[in-house]
Amino acid sequence: MTPETARTIAVDVNGVSYEREVEARKLLIHFLRDDLDLTGSHVGCDTGNCGACSVLLDGVLLKSCMLLAVQADGTSIRTVEGLGSDGELDALQQAFADHHALQCGYCTPGMLMSASWLLERNPRPSEEEIRRAIQGNICRCTGYVNIVRAVQAASGQEVSE
Amino acid sequence: MTETTVTPERPLVVEETETKPGFVGQNVPRKEDKRLVQGQGVFFDDVKRHGMGYVHFVRSPYGHAKIRSIDVARALEVGGVYGTLTGDEVAILTDPFFELSTPPGAHIKDYALAVGKVRHVGEPVAAVVASSRELARDASELVEVEYEPLPALVDGEAALAEGAPILHEEAGSNVVWSGLFDWGDFEAARAEADHVVKIERLHFDRFSSTPLECSGCLVEYNRGTGQWTMYCNHQMPGVGAIWMAPALRVGIDKLRFVTQDIGGAFGNKICLHPQFVACCLLARKLNRPIQWTEWRTDQHTANAHGNERTFLDVEVPVKADGTMLGFSVRAVDDCGAFPRYEPLGCIIWAQVTPGCYRWRNIRVDFTQVVTNKSPVSPNRGYSRMQHLWLTERIVDIVARELGLDPVEVRKRNYVRTEEMPYETPNGCIYDSGDYARCLDIALELIDYDQLEERRRDAEARGKLLGFGIGSTLDSGTNNFGQSTLLNPELQFSGNNEVATVKLDIFGEIVVTLGTVPQGQGHETTAAQVVADILGCTPDDVNVRPGHDTYWNSHAGLSGTYASQFAVTGLGAVKGATEKLAAEMRKLASLVLGCSEDDIELAEGQARMKANPEAALPFMALGAILNANNAGLPTDLDITLNARYMYRPPFELPDKERKYGNLTLTYATQIHACLIEVDPETGGYEIVDYAAVDDCGKRIHPQIVEGQVHGATAQALGAATHEIFAYDEDGNLLTPNFYDYHVPHALDMPPIKNGYIESESPFTPLGAKGMGEGGGAGIHAVCAALQDALGKTVTRSCNPYHRVWELLRSEDRGVTVQAR
Repeated sequence: MTPETARTIAVDVNGVSYEREVEARKLLIHFLRDDLDLTGSHVGCDTGNCGACSVLLDGVLLKSCMLLAVQADGTSIRTVEGLGSDGELDALQQAFADHHALQCGYCTPGMLMSASWLLERNPRPSEEEIRRAIQGNICRCTGYVNIVRAVQAASGQEVSE
Repeated sequence: MTETTVTPERPLVVEETETKPGFVGQNVPRKEDKRLVQGQGVFFDDVKRHGMGYVHFVRSPYGHAKIRSIDVARALEVGGVYGTLTGDEVAILTDPFFELSTPPGAHIKDYALAVGKVRHVGEPVAAVVASSRELARDASELVEVEYEPLPALVDGEAALAEGAPILHEEAGSNVVWSGLFDWGDFEAARAEADHVVKIERLHFDRFSSTPLECSGCLVEYNRGTGQWTMYCNHQMPGVGAIWMAPALRVGIDKLRFVTQDIGGAFGNKICLHPQFVACCLLARKLNRPIQWTEWRTDQHTANAHGNERTFLDVEVPVKADGTMLGFSVRAVDDCGAFPRYEPLGCIIWAQVTPGCYRWRNIRVDFTQVVTNKSPVSPNRGYSRMQHLWLTERIVDIVARELGLDPVEVRKRNYVRTEEMPYETPNGCIYDSGDYARCLDIALELIDYDQLEERRRDAEARGKLLGFGIGSTLDSGTNNFGQSTLLNPELQFSGNNEVATVKLDIFGEIVVTLGTVPQGQGHETTAAQVVADILGCTPDDVNVRPGHDTYWNSHAGLSGTYASQFAVTGLGAVKGATEKLAAEMRKLASLVLGCSEDDIELAEGQARMKANPEAALPFMALGAILNANNAGLPTDLDITLNARYMYRPPFELPDKERKYGNLTLTYATQIHACLIEVDPETGGYEIVDYAAVDDCGKRIHPQIVEGQVHGATAQALGAATHEIFAYDEDGNLLTPNFYDYHVPHALDMPPIKNGYIESESPFTPLGAKGMGEGGGAGIHAVCAALQDALGKTVTRSCNPYHRVWELLRSEDRGVTVQAR
């Protein structure tokens, strides 16, 4: 019943180094939320479908509920709390606010990470490319209309009517 | 695309205590956004307490079974397990929840955990609390429950059949509530008609809005005061407390609800009282904070579905020119295993009895039943959406049978703008609107004049093109008196909402709301209203996020539900701000030695109109009363902390005739779409979509448009894929986002938005509630499929396989009787 294996892992999250002992079965999302108190990343499903927990791990976008915390040992992680600097919003966060790309805000952290990853690799994505990039993130409030517009705006493009 | 700007169109000087053009009507930046895009929102699951225990519910694997025994001994032996709760304890420690229905539904006994019997898969039968969620889940596997399976009932019509298994023996029947609604003279209408169109059966499928944040709470029990504090995402705490307090045998003051950010609710977070009561009992029993976060699978199987409804024996009398005279129908509503908020859905539809149409003769024989499925709760478009789907199906099926044009037949039958305010056959008052004009805008947006050309173009590519319209009303601001049409003994009527606005010591303007926002931007729109009245900017107004019973800024019917914030919430904000403004002028007049009428509030100051140099900044007013008040007259009765309760002007409806005004406002949604169907596969794509909405005065156009996008996306999901399907044993086949496909970014068509503003003559700001929509996307897609396939569409949800089957099936179930 009680896990026999716990391990000490070292991770860098948003530029801060952490060393923690974790249960082997603990998911990365629960490690971030419960152990590190980084509650910006959210949990919206049990099955890896919703994307609310999306983070960048060594620069790669992934759903942190689909990974064990021990698997993240030695990596560098970026979460929504790591966007922007000194409390100021980055261009994408500002575009989300300007274009009303969020309502309840629950999917937003994951959505921002997916969109950030897209823009890092593709600074001027087409609408189709934007939709494909956020395909793994479910939003129940916006119908994605204004999210697409916000990503267009953040990449300096004209927004879709 | 809407522009974001904070520059008011006109100066901010406000000479009277009325809202004048200023920030209201503009897209000011949302106050909520900065924290949310930084991941600094506080959702209930973000709240932690020292020593808290995590709950895992042991849930029924059976749709219907007797509980023979529950043994928690092995779970309790596990290190780190703090304790358990079973139905037997719940039956001793609590009373059954209050039921709204008359008999037989009134006899149903609903507890926080199953007592003696389970009635749907996923029903909680026991709870285990442990030091971590993983441990609680593991230990719950060790709880041994012995069941005696019973035949499951998974169909609403079957629930009425002779010999059907009975879910609630104490009720003696599967019927919750039934009643006949008969307005106008249907028999005379039938006699007057040139044709009577008969439709055998229509079925509105089961789905829900499935908010991305699951339900939950963190409950603390204060042993010294006997009070529970729930950090949670309940969206209707006032009514939640009305259920919970008597069940827990305490006064309502013992329950404190606290929310901040909520990850969507859509009605699905109204019926959380059973789980919350279980957590309250555990917090008291185990003397530690109790944390419950619902798993996604539990949310799908055992929280809150939308009402499933079957319409039988529909009859529609029609004149030769296409004028419809009304309809008659037998409706069977399936509310799942427990009524909870039901049977209110048995009357809520009556807010929109004739839909958008001038129909005067309507007879509805309504029966609600229980089945071995998840309980329902209000779900965006609650009960009206199902009924409006019926009215739209009626229009399009009649049009198809009689060879009428779907546009022309609507315009012939729509209530006309010059008839507003319009009284429906059951006494509801449609406050304002222009449905025909909205339809024209929608048609223009999808280039309707090129329809036949596009049809030919699709055919050339082997596709079938279909065109469809959905015309709906979002009725907002309930008159709770409608509950007395179901149960004359109920003591609910009217409606209310509360807000407080105060001026604090350093000039801070602080607003608290009784509402419980879940993404609708209440902090922002409240600040717009306050700023315009006080003559400052929204940035000067601090609206506390969320809800807290301790703020004392709520009333019994407070909450965020039923499309009403722009009326009730902002009505309360407006009233409280006007009271505060009057007090500020009074205080300023005393200090400046003039009359109150000589004072205006502008640019963050109270100043003399005749001499703007003679001014007191808000900070001075706040400081004088709060900290430096020696010398003020002893009879000066002001607090600079104004509380106001907005009450809409409602009367009690007539119980005998089931007649009266059931809701204050009617926002309009006229949507139109084009779809292309692949006849080989049944797959289809929405290739053009227009949504035209009219919610009266728009406080914040961008927020309004966002609500339209969201309601449309949910409707399109419900039209195409989202369905809670059960097997014959009562197992839910779509228990998570793997099997229950909600729209993703690539599924959504581009949406073209249009609007008009028909201000409501009945509301404080001319605004109407509009968040729910009326499911127009479902109705439009059904109509478009019918047009493309040339087959009568009889289900609300039409996944590709159903379209494929429909294409290959015989068209039947509709007859036309010529008279």
